[in-house]
Amino acid sequence: MGVGIEVKDLNAWYGSPHTLQGITLNIPANRATALIGPSGCGKSTFVRCLNRMHETNPTARATGTVRMGDVDIYADASPVEIRRRIGMVFQRPNPFPTMSIYDNVASGLKLNGYSNKRELDTVVESSLKKAALWDEVKDDLKKKSGASLSGGQQQRLCIARALAVDPEVLLMDEPASALDPVSTSKIEDLIFQLKRQYTIVIVTHNMQQAARVAENTGFFLSGHLIEFDATDKIFTNPGDKRTEDYITGRFG
Amino acid sequence: MAIEPAGVSLPDNTPGPVPASEPKSTGPGRNRNVLRSVIDHSVTGLSILATVVVLAPLVAILGYLLFKGFSSLNFAFFTQAPRPVGEAGGGMANAIVGSGIVLAIASAIGIPVGIGAGVYLAEYGRNGVFANFVRFTADVLNGVPSIVMGIAAYSLIVVRQHHFSAMAGGIALAIMMVPTITRTTEEMLATVPGAVREAALGLGIPKWRTTISVALRTASPGIITGCMLAFSRVAGETAPLLFTAFGNQFWSVKLGQPIAALPLQIYIYAVSPYDEWHRLAWAGALVLIVLIMASVTLVRIFAGRGVLKGNS
Repeated sequence: MGVGIEVKDLNAWYGSPHTLQGITLNIPANRATALIGPSGCGKSTFVRCLNRMHETNPTARATGTVRMGDVDIYADASPVEIRRRIGMVFQRPNPFPTMSIYDNVASGLKLNGYSNKRELDTVVESSLKKAALWDEVKDDLKKKSGASLSGGQQQRLCIARALAVDPEVLLMDEPASALDPVSTSKIEDLIFQLKRQYTIVIVTHNMQQAARVAENTGFFLSGHLIEFDATDKIFTNPGDKRTEDYITGRFG
Repeated sequence: MAIEPAGVSLPDNTPGPVPASEPKSTGPGRNRNVLRSVIDHSVTGLSILATVVVLAPLVAILGYLLFKGFSSLNFAFFTQAPRPVGEAGGGMANAIVGSGIVLAIASAIGIPVGIGAGVYLAEYGRNGVFANFVRFTADVLNGVPSIVMGIAAYSLIVVRQHHFSAMAGGIALAIMMVPTITRTTEEMLATVPGAVREAALGLGIPKWRTTISVALRTASPGIITGCMLAFSRVAGETAPLLFTAFGNQFWSVKLGQPIAALPLQIYIYAVSPYDEWHRLAWAGALVLIVLIMASVTLVRIFAGRGVLKGNS
């Protein structure tokens, strides 16, 4: 089951620019939460701070508290443990190019020393089914490279790979922005299915997408969280003038 | 990569004021098309010519080796040690085995050290002061003449131990392998997209495991090529072995003793005044080349297993 995330006064820097300034919000469990805002507003940085991926950039640093259930992710656990519990799907599909479809999905478990073949088979099958890719690839799981799939299939493969390590939260950083409309709608259908089991945070530039998949939406602007509320409210009756300007396209 | 051919063929496919396939069209447009096709054909011709020029010496050398060496090859060549001068027969079995031992030592030391240093440069050191120093050292080391490597190994190992040894020969060759392998490993790791590493880290795979099982694995075809290049280069080296492995006319497989090696044996036989030895030297050269080619091919086949080729 998913678990919620509480963020309190989160600040982040890449080198000297202050990319995130005092973000506080609660991401509810088993819901999809969308983050919208113009490019460079800090929404990607924000999700990367949730699973401590920002630390892979040596110039990045963050302050504040992020709690997942009763775990303070900056104090109580290593980044490696956190990333197992908070999975991530990136903007561009990034399957491991030299691995088969099977190995791609199993990689998170295999590379952490897990080797029970029967259980791996089960996990690979169930993860690919959850990512709605099983029927398309079940015949050449071990024959084809992950990179030989189409872009939309690759992205669903990346989702299956993230699900295979059994996370509680799934962060999606513009998961459909590199995909065509058909693949995009498949990913959106998937988010609907997945939020029964996982907490989902999705960064998107596409406001219709946010409106379609998310219960709650947050609007970011220049490193600040301007407004965070139920998606209906954000899109029909925003509380802040800047949010209204952005969603109606009158921005800038 | 796909952009270039598409760009070249584009004018032919695009309907424009001067269609390329229209025979009736005259004027400057038509001349341009003729000119273009002439340039196209001459560039193609030149590159084919260059390929032939590259291949010709290789084919000539191999052909001449086969011609001169093959007739002297017999079963005894692969099973017997050299006979004294004046006695017919004998072979280079000890030198074949000796080369195998020296190269095994060189690879066992040179490949792990070389790959390790390459991983350090690409994944950890990056553009630090120390990494740049290592990079510079590797490049300089790559240009050092092989005889100097031999002298270095001689003064560092042979002089101290007071005797020549297979081990000293292997270490001299290992030092020669390291810079090539280091730089190739680094360059191949640099071609692995950051997104692939990020994907692994995002799954909760520790950095060291990501480096080994994702970055190195993705780069492995290129790294294997680099190792094989370094291996074949040192396999034919004579100079570094002259005063390290030293050579041996008798059977020896002891690491602490002087050992025979094919390049050394070929060198000794080729400069000797005896026809019988010249004959054996040709055969030895042929065997050396065939063995290098065979080992490189085998490694490629076996190391290539389990790595699927993707479209990207």
